[in-house]
Amino acid sequence: MGNIFDILGPVMIGPSSSHTAGAARIGLIARQLFGRQPEKATVYLHGSFAATGKGHGTDKALIAGLLGMLPDDMRIPVSFDVAKEEGMEFTIENKDIKGAHPNTAQIVMEAEGVPTMKMQAHSIGGGRIKVCKLDGIDVNFSGETCTLIIRNIDEPGRIMDVSSALSKAEINIATMQVFRDKRGGCAVMVVETDQVIPKEAIEDLESKPGIIRVKFLDPNGVE
Amino acid sequence: MSYQSMEEAQLRCKKDGIPFWKAVQIEDANERGVTLENSWKQMTGMWQSMLENLDAYEENLVSQSGMVGKDGGQMDVYRENEKPLCGDFMAKVMANALKMGCNNACMKRIVAAPTAGACGVLPAVLVTYYREYQVPEETMIEALYVAAGLGQIIANRAYLAGASGGCQAEIGSGSGMAAGAICHVRGGNSEVIANACAMALKNLMGLVCDPVAGLVEVPCVKRNVGGAVNALAAADMALAGITSKIPIDQVIDAMKDVGDKMDVTLRETGIGGVAGTPAGQAVAEKLGM
Repeated sequence: MGNIFDILGPVMIGPSSSHTAGAARIGLIARQLFGRQPEKATVYLHGSFAATGKGHGTDKALIAGLLGMLPDDMRIPVSFDVAKEEGMEFTIENKDIKGAHPNTAQIVMEAEGVPTMKMQAHSIGGGRIKVCKLDGIDVNFSGETCTLIIRNIDEPGRIMDVSSALSKAEINIATMQVFRDKRGGCAVMVVETDQVIPKEAIEDLESKPGIIRVKFLDPNGVE
Repeated sequence: MSYQSMEEAQLRCKKDGIPFWKAVQIEDANERGVTLENSWKQMTGMWQSMLENLDAYEENLVSQSGMVGKDGGQMDVYRENEKPLCGDFMAKVMANALKMGCNNACMKRIVAAPTAGACGVLPAVLVTYYREYQVPEETMIEALYVAAGLGQIIANRAYLAGASGGCQAEIGSGSGMAAGAICHVRGGNSEVIANACAMALKNLMGLVCDPVAGLVEVPCVKRNVGGAVNALAAADMALAGITSKIPIDQVIDAMKDVGDKMDVTLRETGIGGVAGTPAGQAVAEKLGM
């Protein structure tokens, strides 16, 4: 269990911390990972999200998150209208995702000029979430701490490149996880750090060979 | 490290000669590596949010299912025009509990305390008292620390989620937290706070989580009234010097034991309890759930 503000809090739009606040957070993390507001989003709801999502505003909360709204944003109930105003197309469908947590959403994000991204996450209660799949690769992170997500080619030396770049920027690594789809294929590194990673260090990483994409999630920054 | 028991917290209070709320604040600052001022500021934010959220109630708004929304306004009209059985103050508490529960169901802003479904209990007790008796705001923020500290001990020994331990973990815990908090406002020490919380928890022990159609509406909104009224009754008993014969830590452990034995149909699955009645099933069917 977390701190006293997990007991008294969060401040959120009702009615459910798992189905509303958690859903908004899933949308928000998806947007942050995509790096911008998608032009088109396809959202799939699984399990309890599919069964009771409408009554809990899960659909509205997910779209709100994709529009950059926090879980306490008063515009969550009218997020569909906001999406229309801002020109974000979206569809929401129910889908049975085999073996997934009951409160799971899958989001496909598209925008011109950038690769399409697919993220799967679930809501674990109290407004907290876990991202469990990124572009088909299994991952596991919450986005509650500073998190660096790196897509790279699965080849020798890439992990060292990342750790030395962070070391150079005097960033301490709290946890590090590596995932890949197949040997020599696409890999994902999820690095949780104690400090905010400066822009220069991220640019340094992006310029390295074999690194495809770098995204940094700052828990205190909305974008 | 947060307190694992009320006994441990009370020892700390005695050793350092500090009130319970202060012991909670100090631990919060230590745990999160923030200053006491920073912690206080954040708690003040929670209090102000509770005040604003309550005032945001709209008597004509109904939830998406149409089941709840107007209840708070109805209670106000009744209180103003009739003589409520429970008296004027308690009728205000009940109205405020309904308003917050309705706000939550109608997708308005709330403070989950300890959960979204139980968000009405604390504001119903604390905000109503604050406005009725013109208490200094600092006292109310101290009271929120008392509530949070009690909630944390419950979370550490048992749980706060209906899916884990039934409604006793949500409305029950909210009621225990509110009982302790209002005792602090009335000058009760940590013994009185512990007794009030223990009695409130015992009175709601075994309460199941049985939301109709899985929505946080029926019976959740009205259970906030039950939790708030129960909190005030427990607080009055404790302030009268009545003690819980079972110590609070053991009451919480018993609550955990009861929750563990609770059938899954009674833990936020929308299957058992009132959700399973013909009327409850009919609502679920109509909403396509």
